[in-house]
Amino acid sequence: MARMSLARRKEALTGYLFIAPWLIGFLVFVAGPMLWSLYASFTNYDVTSTARWVGWDNYRRLFFDDDLFWISLYNTGFYVLFAVPLSVLTGVLIAVLLNQQIPGQRIFRTIFFLPKVLTGVAVLLLWLWVFNPDFGPINVFLRAIGVSTPPLWFADPTWAKPALIIMSMWGAAGGYIIYLAGLQGIPRHLYEAAMLDGASPVRQFWAITVPMMSPTIFFKLVTGIAAAFQFWETSLIVSEGGKGGPSYSTLFYGLYMWQKAFGEYQMGYASAMAWVLLIITLLLTGLQFWVSRRWVYYEGEAR
Amino acid sequence: MTVQPNTPATTALPRRRMNAQVAQNVFWKAVAFALLAAISAAVLFPALWMLSTALKADTQVYANPPIWIPDPLRFDNFAKAWSLAPFTRYAFNTALYAIAVVFGTVLSSSLAAYGFAKLRFPGRDVLFAVLLSTMMIPGMVTLIPQYILFSKLHWVGTYLPLVVPSFFAGAFFTFLLRQFFMGIPNEYSEAARVDGASDFWIWSRVILPLSKPALATVAIFTFEGAWDSYVGPLLYLNDEKLYTLQVGLQFFRTATAVQWQYLMAAALLVMLPVIVLFFTFQKYFVEGASVSGGVKG
Repeated sequence: MARMSLARRKEALTGYLFIAPWLIGFLVFVAGPMLWSLYASFTNYDVTSTARWVGWDNYRRLFFDDDLFWISLYNTGFYVLFAVPLSVLTGVLIAVLLNQQIPGQRIFRTIFFLPKVLTGVAVLLLWLWVFNPDFGPINVFLRAIGVSTPPLWFADPTWAKPALIIMSMWGAAGGYIIYLAGLQGIPRHLYEAAMLDGASPVRQFWAITVPMMSPTIFFKLVTGIAAAFQFWETSLIVSEGGKGGPSYSTLFYGLYMWQKAFGEYQMGYASAMAWVLLIITLLLTGLQFWVSRRWVYYEGEAR
Repeated sequence: MTVQPNTPATTALPRRRMNAQVAQNVFWKAVAFALLAAISAAVLFPALWMLSTALKADTQVYANPPIWIPDPLRFDNFAKAWSLAPFTRYAFNTALYAIAVVFGTVLSSSLAAYGFAKLRFPGRDVLFAVLLSTMMIPGMVTLIPQYILFSKLHWVGTYLPLVVPSFFAGAFFTFLLRQFFMGIPNEYSEAARVDGASDFWIWSRVILPLSKPALATVAIFTFEGAWDSYVGPLLYLNDEKLYTLQVGLQFFRTATAVQWQYLMAAALLVMLPVIVLFFTFQKYFVEGASVSGGVKG
C-alpha cells in the first residue's frame, strides 16, 4: 500500500471508527457464531458437558437414520413450492389492478397493506379462530354450501399445510408495494405502441409487463425462497406446543431444528441441520441466478 | 398498420376504433374494480371476524350461523381480557424493550452507514460486500451459537441478549441508510469540514437532520419488529415477570381454556400500538416497504 497522507490516514481511522459497531457486531454475532456452529456440527455438544468430536456422524445420522429430518425437509419444500409462487402472484395481481386509474385507489392501497401491519402472535391466534373446525367462519361457510365434512385444517394432516399457505398468501397481499413501484417505472409509450397494434390487455401483460417487471420478480423469488426455507415460527404457535401438528404435517425444518436444539439440547446435531440449510440456501440462490439469465430482462442490456 | 410514433393517436385512428377502445377500457376498469373489491373483502375478512368476536358475549361466540354484529356489544371484554393475565406488566416490558432496540438500531446503523457512505478507507468496498452478503445467511445458523454465547455470559433470563445486539448495526438498516446518505450532496459536509467540523459533528448536525424520513423508516420498522418478535423473547426470558406481550399472549392462550372473545380482545389490544403507528406514519411504512421488498416476506 502506498503511504497515505496524514489527512487520508485520519479519514481512514475515522471510517473504521464509524463502521466499528457493525464490524464488531459482524465478528461477534455473525462470523464467530458461524465458525463455532460449523465446528459444533462435528461434535455431540449438549451445553452441559464438553463437546466431543464425532466427525461426520451428525451428518450421516441426518441423511441416513433420521426420518423426521426428511419429513421436515419435505414439508418445508412443499411450503416453498406453493407459498412463494402464490405470494408473488398475489402481489403482482394486486399491483397490476391498482395500477389502473380506478376510483377508491387510496382506500384499496391502505386495505391491502393491512397484512403487512397485522403481524405477530395475535394474528396467528386470529387464524386459529378463522380455521376453527367447528365455529370458524370458513367451515361454517363450507357447510352452508353443502360440504358436509369440511377440512379440520390444522388438525388434519392433509389440510394443515394448505391452511398455512392460505395464510401466507394473505400476508403477501402487502407485498404489492414493491411491484407497484416497478410497474410505475415502465415507460407508458410501450403500452401506447402495443395498443395501436391492437394488442389485448392480456397480451400486453405478457409481452410488456412481465419482462419489464422480471428483475423485481426475480428479487422477490430469491429473497422469498430463502425466507420460506426458514418458515417455522408460525408452526411453533399454531401446532399445539410446537410438536409439528398431526402426523408431523407441519414439522418444518426450522421447527425440527428448534426442537433438537432447545427441546433436547442436541446442539451439535442441530448445528449440522443449520449448515445443511445454509448449503441448500446457497445452492438454490446460485441456481436461480444461473436460470435468471434466461428470463430476467435488464434494461440497457442489448439482447 | 404501421405505428408512427410522432403522430398523435387521435388523428391516426378512425373514430369507430376509438369508441371501441374506450368501451374496452371501461370494461377492463370495471373488471379490475370488481377484483380489487373482492380481494379487499378477503383481506379484511379475518380482521373483521376478530373485531366481531372480541365484542361478543360468550353465548354468541359459538352461534351458528355466525353473528357478525354482536348484540349487545360487549366492550367490557377488553378490560376483562386485560385482567386475565398481567398484561400491563407485559406491555411495560415490551415498550421498554422496543424503545431500547429502536435507539440502538438507529444509533449504530446510522454511524456505520455514514462510514460506508461518506468516508474512504482501505477495504471499504470489500467490507460493504460482506455486509450485503450477510443478509442471505439464514438466521437459524447463528441462533444456536448466539444462545450458547449468551448463556456463557449468564445473560439468559435477562433482556441483554435481545437488546445488546441492536447496538451493533444490522446489515439491512445500515444498507438502507447508506443508500439514503449517498444521496445527500457532499457540499454540505465539505462546507462544515472547511470550518473545522469533525465527522462526528457532521454526522450528528448535518446528515442526521437531513435524513429524518429514512431514520423514521428504520425506527418504525425496528419498533414493529421488536413489538412483534416472539421467538427471541421466548428463548431468553424464562421468568414470567419479564415476558413480553407476544409471549404473554401465547401463554394466556394455552394456560386458560380458550374463551375466544377474550383471546381476540387481548390480541386486538396487543396489536393496537402497531395499528396506531401505521395510520400515523403510513407514508413511511409504505416507503420502507417498497425499499425493503423481500425482507419481510
